[in-house]
Amino acid sequence: MGMTITEKILARHAGRETVRPGELISARVDAVLANDITAPLAIQEFAKTGVDRVFDPDRVYLVPDHFVPNKDIKSAEQAKVMRDFARARGLTHYFEVGRMGIEHCLLPEQGLVGPGEVVIGADSHTCTYGALGAFATGVGSTDLAAAMALGETWFKVPETVRFVYEGELPEWVGGKDLILHTIGDIGVEGALYKAMEFTGPVISALSMDGRFTMCNMAIEAGAKNGIVPPDEKTEAYVRGRAVRPYELLQSDPDAGYARTITYDVSRLEPVVAFPHRPDNTRPVSRATHVEIDQAVIGSCTNGRIEDLRLAARVLDGRRVHDRVRLIVIPGTQRIYQQAVDEGLISVFIRAGAAVSTPTCGPCLGGHMGILARGERAIATTNRNFVGRMGHPESEVYLSNPAVAAASAVLGRIAHPAEVVK
Amino acid sequence: MLFEGRAWKFGDNIDTDVIIPARYLNTSDPKELAAHAMEDADPTFAARVQPGDIIVGGSNFGCGSSREHAPLALKHAGVACVIAASFARIFYRNAFNIGLPILECPEAAAAVNDGDRLRVDAGTGRITNLTTGAEYTARPIPSFMQEIVARGGLIEWVKARLESK
Repeated sequence: MGMTITEKILARHAGRETVRPGELISARVDAVLANDITAPLAIQEFAKTGVDRVFDPDRVYLVPDHFVPNKDIKSAEQAKVMRDFARARGLTHYFEVGRMGIEHCLLPEQGLVGPGEVVIGADSHTCTYGALGAFATGVGSTDLAAAMALGETWFKVPETVRFVYEGELPEWVGGKDLILHTIGDIGVEGALYKAMEFTGPVISALSMDGRFTMCNMAIEAGAKNGIVPPDEKTEAYVRGRAVRPYELLQSDPDAGYARTITYDVSRLEPVVAFPHRPDNTRPVSRATHVEIDQAVIGSCTNGRIEDLRLAARVLDGRRVHDRVRLIVIPGTQRIYQQAVDEGLISVFIRAGAAVSTPTCGPCLGGHMGILARGERAIATTNRNFVGRMGHPESEVYLSNPAVAAASAVLGRIAHPAEVVK
Repeated sequence: MLFEGRAWKFGDNIDTDVIIPARYLNTSDPKELAAHAMEDADPTFAARVQPGDIIVGGSNFGCGSSREHAPLALKHAGVACVIAASFARIFYRNAFNIGLPILECPEAAAAVNDGDRLRVDAGTGRITNLTTGAEYTARPIPSFMQEIVARGGLIEWVKARLESK
């Protein structure tokens, strides 16, 4: 029997011909990542190993992106632990405020992850890089510390569930809707311990930005990793960008899958996830009664240039509803610059939005958009758990950027077609 | 490893934001984190939990973030062990790495009531409900993870590995 792309990547990094689901393997990692919440713990654990040097200063990525620019003294102390470590160990890829971005937007953009690689990050949304045809997964700080010392880690080889998307995407429906629809279908533990492989003609037609959005949320179905087998689009994205040689691997035609699930997307509407779980989904037409106080467009899920273009298309020449705060957060400095060059930022400001330097702040109730008791937000982020964006009695609804923008204009959850006639 | 304590019963999909909300993650100090453990599910939990107490959750316990602060907060709040029908995979791995015993046992997760007294043998996976007299056996821990625990956690395991290199 053949292997899936996930199995092939893991086999190569374990120095083996083949691996099978369920096997425990030790695999070389191409890079490891941590942020200003998870790095301080990892650094503390790394010190306990007694190792003086990280396995490779070019392959340990540190991105302060959660509580920066520092929101208080404690978060400043945490960020400093990370900064000092990066300097002391001579890390090549530490990204300071003003030159940084949200980690999962930044690393692909900088070419720091390539197809066929194994990357672990002390952040659950590390699975985003599967969009490049890499095996990428989230781990905790102690696992990260161990990998910083050893340059390898252990994995249980996951079974793969194959998702095939057929048909043609209707207008205003994109990667976010595909993944919300999928999670709504299989549930928040529908892919527990498994790999989600996204394929089919709709994925081939989907942009890289759309693929990043889909792989980003694989963890919301409990998956170990999400992955899109690389094609010409992947290659066009990484060519001239990747800092290391890469390898475009494909699943074998006779690979073994735990399940194959096929969706016809031709009649799909934009999807909204209601509180308090990402699988609590409804078509947007059944959500238009929900009034909102805040809209957030950004995050590692939907803070890329295509997302900002989509939001700007809806907001162009319109005003954010009097009752609503709209916060727009470009994912990286480069995306921010591009949005300035394309005139998107002016569209947002003229509409009455607040535009911020890259940060994960509001997504996890950290800073820059915390909700009060009883408030409701629509957000392009990835989680709507209890208390996720602030008060435990606030509510978060998840959507694509066009829906979030249309909702900001009408003051209630809205289909973009209600605004853009 | 034998524990005895009060069962704190929670439902399915207890996520890491409920276990330790991100608003407290501007520190890594386990004591500070412990003061807010389970706050968004039960604001009285941190004040009332006693050393040796046991959390009983449903399926997909620990879903969401990779934050190791979640098992750390529970451990330092005094929680001796977590029993659940199933665990989210990053939480499962983190709990072992920091030395918080966790047991998968759907039968116990379904039957135990809030406030029952439980005795847990983390080594054998034997769970006794001292209130009802019922007994359960958790799924065996994979041998590789037992090796990590036997070595005293992941960092000790890494040290051994570095010495052998």
